Amino acid sequence: MRAKYVMSEVFLGLWRNISMTVAMIITMAVSLTMLGAGLLLYGQVDRIEEFYQTNLEVVIYLKKDIDQATTDQIETEIKDNDLVAEYDYESKEEAYKRFEETFEDTPDLVKSVDAEALPPAFRVKMVDIADAKEFISQFEGREGVFQVTNQREILQQVFDILGGAQRLTLIVALVQGVAALMLVANTIQVAAYSRRREVAIMKLVGAPNWFVQAPFVLEAVFAGVIGSVFAFGTLIAAKYLVIDGQFEDLFKLMPPIPMQAILILLPILVGVSAVISAITAWITLRFNIKV
Amino acid sequence: MGRLTMRASPVRLKSRRNPRTAVTYEAETAKYATLVLEPPDRPRGSAVRLRLVIQLEGVTKHYPRSNRPSVEDVNVFIDKGEFVFFIGPTGAGKSTMIKLLLREEVPDKGKITVGDTDVTRLRRWKVPAYRRSIGCVFQDFRLLPNRTAAENVAFALEVIGKPRSVARRVVPEVLELVGLGGKEHRYPHELSGGEQQRVAVARAFVNRPLLLLADEPTGNLDPDTSIEIMRLLDRISRTGTTILMVTHDSNIVNQMRRRVIEIENGQIVRDQARGVYG
Repeated sequence: MRAKYVMSEVFLGLWRNISMTVAMIITMAVSLTMLGAGLLLYGQVDRIEEFYQTNLEVVIYLKKDIDQATTDQIETEIKDNDLVAEYDYESKEEAYKRFEETFEDTPDLVKSVDAEALPPAFRVKMVDIADAKEFISQFEGREGVFQVTNQREILQQVFDILGGAQRLTLIVALVQGVAALMLVANTIQVAAYSRRREVAIMKLVGAPNWFVQAPFVLEAVFAGVIGSVFAFGTLIAAKYLVIDGQFEDLFKLMPPIPMQAILILLPILVGVSAVISAITAWITLRFNIKV
Repeated sequence: MGRLTMRASPVRLKSRRNPRTAVTYEAETAKYATLVLEPPDRPRGSAVRLRLVIQLEGVTKHYPRSNRPSVEDVNVFIDKGEFVFFIGPTGAGKSTMIKLLLREEVPDKGKITVGDTDVTRLRRWKVPAYRRSIGCVFQDFRLLPNRTAAENVAFALEVIGKPRSVARRVVPEVLELVGLGGKEHRYPHELSGGEQQRVAVARAFVNRPLLLLADEPTGNLDPDTSIEIMRLLDRISRTGTTILMVTHDSNIVNQMRRRVIEIENGQIVRDQARGVYG
């Protein structure tokens, strides 16, 4: 009986103040979408790292005019190095073949490059890629070595971009979140004002505080839950339309965002927004409805 | 409770025969017309001391940052079933006293006891339960405009968690008691001022409170209607409910001849057993 009364009051309150309710839900949805995106990026950085961890190599490019003796000597040194897990020699011809394969979609580019232009190289897999620096210093500037590159450093730039995007989404989430909570506080104040008669009578006849406050807190929680469901929908749509759709090629560089990572966001977003909305509403009520 | 149902039942029987219950109510209350002018035979200070319902001991409340009326070292003791008028000029501190008794305010000094409850030391979360032992009637009725008379009374039961079956049984009973039988489904705007105040009294009384606080209940009513409300309050007082009524209506005070406590500048200047407005 009382639950029915509380629920009817909740929907009546939201309906009476419908424009504010919509504004509240939209801001919450935007904030939570950004929060969700930020969390996805956070997971994505880990996923990329893991994905490349086993595939990352240090490439020792040799000088094109290197003689066989120096090549053998370098090979022996690599073989004897404790930091090396395995290595692979790539001759000029093999390098060109790989180049052809990589750029088979653009035959013009392939044609413009002379088969002799590509250097032979040792592709070295490290036991631990974190030791790459030490390893590189041993070979850099050595006779016959043209250049040593660490693929991890190239990847680092991708990480930096992702990190920046993550910070941006979290800042937007925070700013929008503050706006959303202010709207919650305002909605609660308006609702408390429009129901002041009921509230006054309820307090007078001794209704318990939780009962007086429940409709208001639930109003905020309801808006929060609807907002998080919208945010969840937006994230799913973003995965299908943006990441797997229009910008598919761009996102091919990194491992796909698994559906599971997005699905797990639903309870997180609902929980976060419900709890924060409820707390905001409750604090607002403490200032508006005195016992 | 038993006494009340007994008293209410003849009315119910009558109303079955005659749907115009307003008339039957008049007929019924006429029996008490003489009683209204004559206080119950319960002399104060007699050997049989009834249970104290209200004890105010050295109660002081100041509002340093506003000019709301304060009270200064007030001592009042009120027995169970007493009918007490609080009189005094506007701003004397009468409403502050009501607020203190309702625990809307906490005194700076002194002790307030209502029934067995030490109101001054009451924890915040226990305030709602405490208020259930007090009924309240105001000058402006304070009814919910979108609810009928019966729903207004039932609201008071609902919000304190009484099951609907209780409301179904008790609400018609108490509306009958206040003389609104047959008008249960009228909205406040379809009722006269006196009838609206009867709904408010029904709501205040439906939980059988220990104490009924009435803050100028006749302030918005014409003299005849005021007398009717006073008869109703008198009947309620005879069920053992203590009534504390703030009023400016000298006619009522002079006719009823009950205990009168006069306040001026936050202090009690007169406490008379069968007082007049003065």
